[in-house]
Amino acid sequence: MSWIVTSLWLIPAAPLAASLIILSLANSRRSAAAALAIIGQIAALTLSILAFLPTLQAPGYRSVHNFTWFTFGEQALRIGWVLDSLAAAMLVMIALVGLCIFVFSAGYMADDKNLTRFFAYLSFFSGAMLGVVIANSLLLLFVFWELVGLASYLLIGFWIHKPSAAAAAKKAFITTRIGDLGFFVGILWLYGGSGTLLFYDGGKGCLETAGLLGLGASATFVALLIFCGAVGKSGQFPLHIWLPDAMEGPTPVSALVHAATMVAAGVFLVARVYPLFSFGAIDGVTPSLVVVVSIGTITALMASLIALGQFDIKRILAYSTVSQLGLMMVSLGVGGVAAGMMHLIAHGFFKALLFLGAGSVIHGCHHEQDIRKMGGLRSLMPISFLTYAIGMMTLSGVPFFFSGGWTKEEILHATAHWHASHIPHYLMLAGVVLTALYMTRQMIYIFFGNRRAASENVHESPPIMTLPLIVLAICSIAFSVVLTPAWRWLHSYLTGEPAHFDIALLVQPMLFVSLALVAVGIGLGFVMYGKAGQLATGRVRPTGGQNRHRTAEMDPLERAQPALFHFLENKMWLDEIYDRTVVAWSRMAAHVSDWMDRHFWDGLVRGFAGLGQLFGIFSANFDERWINVRVDETMTGTRRLGRVMSAWHSGQIQTYLGMLAVGMLALLILYAWLA
Amino acid sequence: MSTAAFIVIAILILAAALAAASLPTLIHAALSFAVAFVGIAAFFFLLGAEFVGLVQVFVYVGAVAVLIVFTILLTRRDATTPDKFNWGGVVIAIAVFNGLVWAIFRTPALSIGAPQIEPLTVKRIGEVLMTDYVWPLQCVGLVLTAALIGALILVMEEKNSKS
Amino acid sequence: MTPTLQLFLFVSAALFCIGLLAALSRRHAIFILIGIEMMLAAANLNFVAFWRFSPQPQPPIGVMVAIFSIAIAAAEAAVGLALVIAIYRHYRTTNVDRLDQLKG
Repeated sequence: MSWIVTSLWLIPAAPLAASLIILSLANSRRSAAAALAIIGQIAALTLSILAFLPTLQAPGYRSVHNFTWFTFGEQALRIGWVLDSLAAAMLVMIALVGLCIFVFSAGYMADDKNLTRFFAYLSFFSGAMLGVVIANSLLLLFVFWELVGLASYLLIGFWIHKPSAAAAAKKAFITTRIGDLGFFVGILWLYGGSGTLLFYDGGKGCLETAGLLGLGASATFVALLIFCGAVGKSGQFPLHIWLPDAMEGPTPVSALVHAATMVAAGVFLVARVYPLFSFGAIDGVTPSLVVVVSIGTITALMASLIALGQFDIKRILAYSTVSQLGLMMVSLGVGGVAAGMMHLIAHGFFKALLFLGAGSVIHGCHHEQDIRKMGGLRSLMPISFLTYAIGMMTLSGVPFFFSGGWTKEEILHATAHWHASHIPHYLMLAGVVLTALYMTRQMIYIFFGNRRAASENVHESPPIMTLPLIVLAICSIAFSVVLTPAWRWLHSYLTGEPAHFDIALLVQPMLFVSLALVAVGIGLGFVMYGKAGQLATGRVRPTGGQNRHRTAEMDPLERAQPALFHFLENKMWLDEIYDRTVVAWSRMAAHVSDWMDRHFWDGLVRGFAGLGQLFGIFSANFDERWINVRVDETMTGTRRLGRVMSAWHSGQIQTYLGMLAVGMLALLILYAWLA
Repeated sequence: MSTAAFIVIAILILAAALAAASLPTLIHAALSFAVAFVGIAAFFFLLGAEFVGLVQVFVYVGAVAVLIVFTILLTRRDATTPDKFNWGGVVIAIAVFNGLVWAIFRTPALSIGAPQIEPLTVKRIGEVLMTDYVWPLQCVGLVLTAALIGALILVMEEKNSKS
Repeated sequence: MTPTLQLFLFVSAALFCIGLLAALSRRHAIFILIGIEMMLAAANLNFVAFWRFSPQPQPPIGVMVAIFSIAIAAAEAAVGLALVIAIYRHYRTTNVDRLDQLKG
């Protein structure tokens, strides 16, 4: 076993240590904080690459390092870390994207007065996320999982003075907690069933044959409960509502936490415990996988539809993230684990790119986020425009040059070969069109058309912000080299099958299908929104406003289908539905509990208190009448004795010495007498 | 081990000790004290513990006796006044003596002669000191240093009290 | 005939009691110190005598204890005499009868 496996813990430890040090810095040590965070991240990246190297040597490489955490009774709770292709690829992706975003943040947050706190949280998040990836125990994973949730809470609510940010942080925390409850129950069930929480343990782990056989039929329920956690974290329907609100956090946070890495944790979790899902599969179909596919499909379609009706630049990206995560879930569900993870990694790069590009735009437009107030930024922010366009085309799945196109194609392949149903396949094809459509819409609003209110005095961002954009854009394109069907290196790396190069496989029927679909989406976008870019300067209808007769300033879709657009703009009223149902029920339960507390339990408590008072009065009397008198007598006696004793103390040391000698003599006599 | 030497030395010790305890003048008592300790050292020689005897002479006759004389000089005004004698102490001392002697002569196991021994060389003592007793030795060194510093601090003039 | 252990113990008991006598009967603080030194010397005599009269061969424990005891006694004498000087400075006397601050 290589040394890197036993010391794998160093990877999350480096950013965590950086976080601790930054927290102890004074608030004014801004550049030190940024430098420390970046150094920690570089250390993590270096170690990740070192960990990546041994996994290249043999296909299907996996090595674990387990140890006993603590012992209770006769059972020992063991945890450990695992290094396999899945973990290694995720490590490198997270560390690299994280590094880009750290550098970007140093520019984006340069004016914020709590910069040190920001970098401490970012480093903390990065460490926790790397911990999730290396964990070889469901419990250890859960610990880091919750740490990631905490970091997300802290970062969403970073601008705590904004009530909306505080509310969004709370919403994110509580919503994910609902999923994590299921996750935790799943962990307990799994421990009860298999007696271990280690994933791989030389044949005894819960993901290996022996452990799975021990679980038997309950594997389905355990898998579904664990999936609850993934649903919460990855923003799947019906727990997706927190993710768009999480855009209240600073944009680099949105890029790192709510697009590239943390939300991917749910997908990663499903991939990690995939043997639980696929246990007892017939033709690759199990009840739990069907649930995963259904949820993923609903999420993917719903989110891309909602994205069409949004005007906030970051919310559009947030819904796009939700939909892409749904796509990954579908891929996992239909058996394309490698395809899903490939898309996850590619998505990490290009979604970070898009969010950072959005951050650059927002920064340039003086923190305006409404795309209707932007426009014509193409010439003003050329670098941002170019990199954003690359990100947009990658996300839309333009084939051949962009990594997203290849991975999406893999997923479509996987869905096409699913035995249970072909519906997800067709729905995903529709999703591709929708993705291209809403991204084109966003591009046109931001970069094309005439300049509007927020476009005044726009400037390109400084190099510290554009450099990460360029790096990520290059990654998004260059990454496709290892994804093509001709040389499916990453695919075989993840699955452990040998890769071979065959240029004939490069062109497949699916390539033309997706090319056509993307062309339809982008073309439709230009047709629909080409004119919309020419909104009147500075005259924008506020969201949900009253004067909807100004058709010229409306969204084209709103003009054509007002009801549908309104439905999408308000996120399918899911928030309102939750408000009326789940939240209202909780409130009602709270009211009932409140009433019970005040009238019923309080009465009981009062009754007990009265009993206590009675007893107290009795005790007081007993004290006064009996104990006090006795104590007083004892005191008097002691005082008298003390007076007698003090008379013996003459202060003459020779008297004392003499007494000592007499005492010794007395002892001698006593001893002789007894003997 | 000759009986004659024992008797002579014993008489010397006890006489000198009695003198040290009862002479009215302090300086005479201190000199008698030194004589008594020379006698004790002679006893150690007689018992085959030559090294202890030498240490006894160095420490007590050489150092402690001189120290006592110096103290007497430093507290001269008081030292020259005649000293009262407390007869209660004599009674107690004699009682304790009787008790001890009674205990000693009542134990038959104590009436034994000395066995033959190998001479206890200084080399042997040095070896034992540096192996089995090295920690006590270090501790004693520390105690002596502390006592020295403590004694110095005790007798230093208090500068603040002059004002 | 050679002297027995009893005789040595007798001499040391006598020495001890003379020391006790000095410590109890004399009013001068230096006498008390001299008495205490005599009692310690008596104890040392006992240690060495017991070592000499016990079955041989055996490690020289008695001798070692005596050596350490002499060292401690030297330290005690130094501190004791320093105390006498300090007391003398403070009270202008070394008569222990007048030192009764501990009187209860």
